[in-house]
Amino acid sequence: MNAGANIPLMPVEQLERQLRRRNSSSPALWDVLDTVMDPEIPVISIWELGVLQDVEWQDDRIVVTITPTYSGCPAMTVIAEDIEAAMHDAGYDAVEVTTQLSPAWTTDWMSSAAKNKLRNYGIAPPAKDSEPSCPQCDSTNVKRISEFGSTACKSLYQCGDCAELFDHFKNF
Amino acid sequence: MTADYAVRDYAVRLGDDALILGHRLSEWCSRGPFLEEDLALSNVALDFIGRARMFYTYAAELTGDGATEDQFAYQRDCRDFTNHLIHELPRGDFAFTMARQYLIDVYSIAFMQALQQSSDERLAGIASKAIKESRYHLRRSEDWIMRLGDGTEESNRRLQDAVNELWGFTPELFEMDALEGDLVASGIAVDVTALKDDWERSVRSTFAEANISIPDEDWQVSGGRQGKHTEWLGHLLSDLQFVQRAYPGLEW
Repeated sequence: MNAGANIPLMPVEQLERQLRRRNSSSPALWDVLDTVMDPEIPVISIWELGVLQDVEWQDDRIVVTITPTYSGCPAMTVIAEDIEAAMHDAGYDAVEVTTQLSPAWTTDWMSSAAKNKLRNYGIAPPAKDSEPSCPQCDSTNVKRISEFGSTACKSLYQCGDCAELFDHFKNF
Repeated sequence: MTADYAVRDYAVRLGDDALILGHRLSEWCSRGPFLEEDLALSNVALDFIGRARMFYTYAAELTGDGATEDQFAYQRDCRDFTNHLIHELPRGDFAFTMARQYLIDVYSIAFMQALQQSSDERLAGIASKAIKESRYHLRRSEDWIMRLGDGTEESNRRLQDAVNELWGFTPELFEMDALEGDLVASGIAVDVTALKDDWERSVRSTFAEANISIPDEDWQVSGGRQGKHTEWLGHLLSDLQFVQRAYPGLEW
C-alpha cells in the first residue's frame, strides 16, 4: 500500500515561496505584510492566500511582489494599496508593489491553515477532486446553485441537509 | 515598424478583443435573467476586462513615452480598434450572449494554450492566467448551450437564431495577416489557422448534442483586425468612453 497516496504534494512554486520567506534577510518586512488581509475575506492574509510572493530591499526601496488571483479581481488594486499603507505605518516609505503573472496563481498555494480559516468563516475552501462540504454542518449532500458567488473566485452552493447557502472558494 | 511595435500592436489586438467582449457582458449587469446569472455574467465580464488591462498595460510599456492602459481603452476611435467583429455585436437576448460566449470560450482555450508557448514571456504569462479562467467560463457556457438547445421549443429557437447570426463572424477568428504572420514566424504570436479544425469539431459536436444545426449559408464577414467595423462599435464606444470624452484625463 502506498502510504503517500493521500498526502497532497506541495507545489514547487509554493515551496519556493516558503523558502524565499525562510531565507529572507529581512524577516521583519514579511511580518509587516502578515497584517495585510484579503479585503473580501478579512480572516486570511495575503501570505496565506498565496498572493504574496516576495518582499526585498532593492537599493533604498522595498519591492513587494504579488501574483494576481483573477485577472479582473477588483481586490488586487485594494491589496496593492493596503500593502503600501501597512508599509508606511511600519515606517517604510519607499515601497513599490509589482505584479508577477507567471507562474499563475493557484489555490494550491493556500495553506491548510488558511483553508481551515476559510471554513470557520463560512466559506467552503477549495478542495481538489471533490465536491465541497457544508461549512455549517459538514454535510456532503450539497448542490451547486451557480458557478459564480459573491466574487469571481467563489461559486454558490446550497446544503441539502441544513439548507444553508454558502460560498465555495473554487479550486483554481 | 520595429519588432517591439509589432508585439505592441498584437497585444492591443488581444486587448481589444477582451475589452469589447467584456463591455458587452457588462451590459447585462442588473439585466440578467435571474440573480445568479446576473452575477455570473458580471464576473465573466470582469475577467475579460482584467484580461484587457493586462494586454493594454503591456502595450503601454512597449509604447513608452508615458503611455497608459487607459489611452488604449478610452482615447481611440472605431478605426483604431482591432478586435474581431464577433465581440462587438450587440448582446442580443440571453441565448445570443451565451452562444457567442460559448464560441469564444472554446476558441480562447485553444488560443491561450498556444499563446502560453509564446517566446514573449509576458504574453505567455498573461495566457497562463487567462486559460484558467476560460476553462470555467466554458463549463458554464457549454452547460447553457445544452440547456437552451435541449430545453423548450422557444429556447431552442432562440439559440438556433443566435447561431445562425453568429456563424458568419467565426471564420475571422482564424484569419492571419502580415503582422501576425511575421510574429508567428518569430515564435511570438499564435498561428490561428492551426486552431480551426479542432475548434470546429468541438463546436459541431456540442451543437449536435444540443439539437442545434450549423447554418449552411456560406457568408462571412471580417475586417476587425484592420479597423473595419460594424455599425455597432461606435455606439458601444460612445457608452464605454463617454466620461473620458466629456472630461478628458479625469481620474477617480
